[in-house]
Amino acid sequence: MAAKTLTIDGQMVSAEEQQTVLEAARDAGIRIPTLCHQEGVMAIGACRLCLVEVAGITKLLPACVTKVQEGMDVKTNTERLQKYRRMILELLFAERNHVCAVCVSNGNCELQSLAMEHGMDHVRYDYRCPKCGVDLTHRLFGADDNRCVLCGRCMRVCWYIEGAGTKNVSGRGVNSSIINDLHQPWGAAESCTSCGKCVLSCPTGALFYQGATVGEMTRDRSKLEFIVTAREKKQWIA
Amino acid sequence: MARRILIDPVTRIEGHAKITIHLDDEGNVADARFHVVEFRGFEKFCEGRPLGEMPGITPRICGICPVSHLLASAKACDAILAVNIPPAAEKLRRLMNLGQIVQSHALSFFHLSAPDFLLGWETTPATRNVFGLVAANPELARAGIRLRQFGQELIEHLGGKKIHPAWAVPGGVREPLTEAGRDAIKGRLPEAFTTARLALKLFRDVLSKHSREIQVFGNFPTLFMGLANTDGTWEHYDGFLRFVDAGGNVIADGIEPAQYREAIGEAALPDSYLKAPYHKPLGYPDGIYRVGPLARLNVCQRMGTPEADAELERFRRFGRGAVTSSFLYHYARLIEIVCSLERIQELIDDPDLLSERLRANAGVNKLVGVGASEAPRGTLFHHYEVNEDGLITKVNMIIATGQNNLAMNRTVAQIARHYLPSGNGKITEPMLNRIEAGIRAFDPCLSCSTHASGRMGLEVSVLAANGTVLDAASVD
Repeated sequence: MAAKTLTIDGQMVSAEEQQTVLEAARDAGIRIPTLCHQEGVMAIGACRLCLVEVAGITKLLPACVTKVQEGMDVKTNTERLQKYRRMILELLFAERNHVCAVCVSNGNCELQSLAMEHGMDHVRYDYRCPKCGVDLTHRLFGADDNRCVLCGRCMRVCWYIEGAGTKNVSGRGVNSSIINDLHQPWGAAESCTSCGKCVLSCPTGALFYQGATVGEMTRDRSKLEFIVTAREKKQWIA
Repeated sequence: MARRILIDPVTRIEGHAKITIHLDDEGNVADARFHVVEFRGFEKFCEGRPLGEMPGITPRICGICPVSHLLASAKACDAILAVNIPPAAEKLRRLMNLGQIVQSHALSFFHLSAPDFLLGWETTPATRNVFGLVAANPELARAGIRLRQFGQELIEHLGGKKIHPAWAVPGGVREPLTEAGRDAIKGRLPEAFTTARLALKLFRDVLSKHSREIQVFGNFPTLFMGLANTDGTWEHYDGFLRFVDAGGNVIADGIEPAQYREAIGEAALPDSYLKAPYHKPLGYPDGIYRVGPLARLNVCQRMGTPEADAELERFRRFGRGAVTSSFLYHYARLIEIVCSLERIQELIDDPDLLSERLRANAGVNKLVGVGASEAPRGTLFHHYEVNEDGLITKVNMIIATGQNNLAMNRTVAQIARHYLPSGNGKITEPMLNRIEAGIRAFDPCLSCSTHASGRMGLEVSVLAANGTVLDAASVD
């Protein structure tokens, strides 16, 4: 496989041909913030937090789905990018009902950490305050649409790691929501294997274990990566 | 011509309120109302939330007594889970509630009320506050602030933070006390005792100069309600509801808190977001009752600890049967601080406090649950109803300050009658000071009672019968 050489934030980086800018940056120890990205499943470029500037291209490009190219000059943390990232985070907070103080993921939430990292001390947009449902019909897990950022991670791990295909997206645009099977209560979704991968993948408090109280949700997301790596490298085959 | 006096806002209380005093044609006080003018709607927006979140959400009602809501909420959830929580968890919850009582009572006494009777009623409002107390008696002020800190640190040692610890959960608590935490609490107990005894002595000394305040600060017969043990001992976490009358006679006893609706009715008032609970058998408004430190000391036979029991004897001399002067809420509060410290001392070496067996796990086994505990200001009820998945369908909370609503109205009227110069309807400084102090004796918490957010401040207006403002004054 041919190697490509590019510059990220002024640093010369060597990457494999099929790698994305995000992967190349991470290999080089350069952090690009992400939210919808989940190791082990395909990238979809939905959240736009990983947008980067590439010299010679006026548009901003999502690092998670942009392949490296020879001679690319990438900037990951300019003032313009910081401004857009903060705007994206504020829009995410304004879109649904995120109340960190009483959330099961308080202190262990990717959205909250990103907001803190980007200095989001207030939201400049009007909150939409939509009426969203809470689904506690599953024996083990709960889903709270108020806290969903529609990153699609639960859906991708359900389809591509577990292979169950329970989680889907219904609706369009701002009216989108994550559903189970044919828009049934989670407890009635026959395809669900109760594996819990969706709960492990969720970046916020939208998916949680039944009975979890404030700040109690911690997730070991490395387990998802472990499964995928073991499968790809055939570590389980003697 | 009948007129109305308006006091808005009321200062040095927890929350935002106003007072109106209604005058008749002769300029005499006809009636008075304590209005709470905010609305937050916790009972409404908790609907649809998972049960397990309730002990996290409801303490946000208040930053002064979050522990009270935490415990009442967790107890209501225990009832829905239909579990008996591990004994160690109950001891730990009791310990935290004692810390809560100490810190809240210390705040009420030293920060909010003591400036009135230690610095003098006639001193300027600019210095008649905790800063004035710091200037006049720095040692006492420091000791009072440290006593509150002791209670708050106890809460922090258990729950990880002083305010809004998400520590009590349905079925028990999350974390035990650590050995380091236990040692830290033990280390500060002697100083806390010294301060509590000093405050008691100071208060007893000023009492002799305040016979008029004892007479007119909400001194009237009412019922009193509180939790008590089956053997009549003072209780703060569990037990049964007991009502006594002004003569100290027990008129209802052994009522399971879950059956509170048989004993308590709630009247909604047109001019306040505060509901007015009353004892059902006597109806509204005859069923007026008071809760809080004064009521708890009136309903119990004994405190159950030596030093507090000795002080209770002295306290009882201020009444025939029950002690009926609301000014003596302050005295009752100090006795409860001593009692709480004694109980902390009894409990602190219990090895159960370090136990890891703290949480009973269960699903939704009942669709209704009521949790009651004694908050610093009085009996607190959380009543939840859930669907079969554990989503909240209905919330009713009865808060201490709400239960004192009718008594606070009468206190304002009584003080105004005594201090308002008849005829001209003009607000005088002594009247303003004493009306505020009369309300302060109840240590009302308005953010709790309306589940509402609050500012502080007192505004007073005198209004004619047709609503015209004749005079107005405000204190920030």
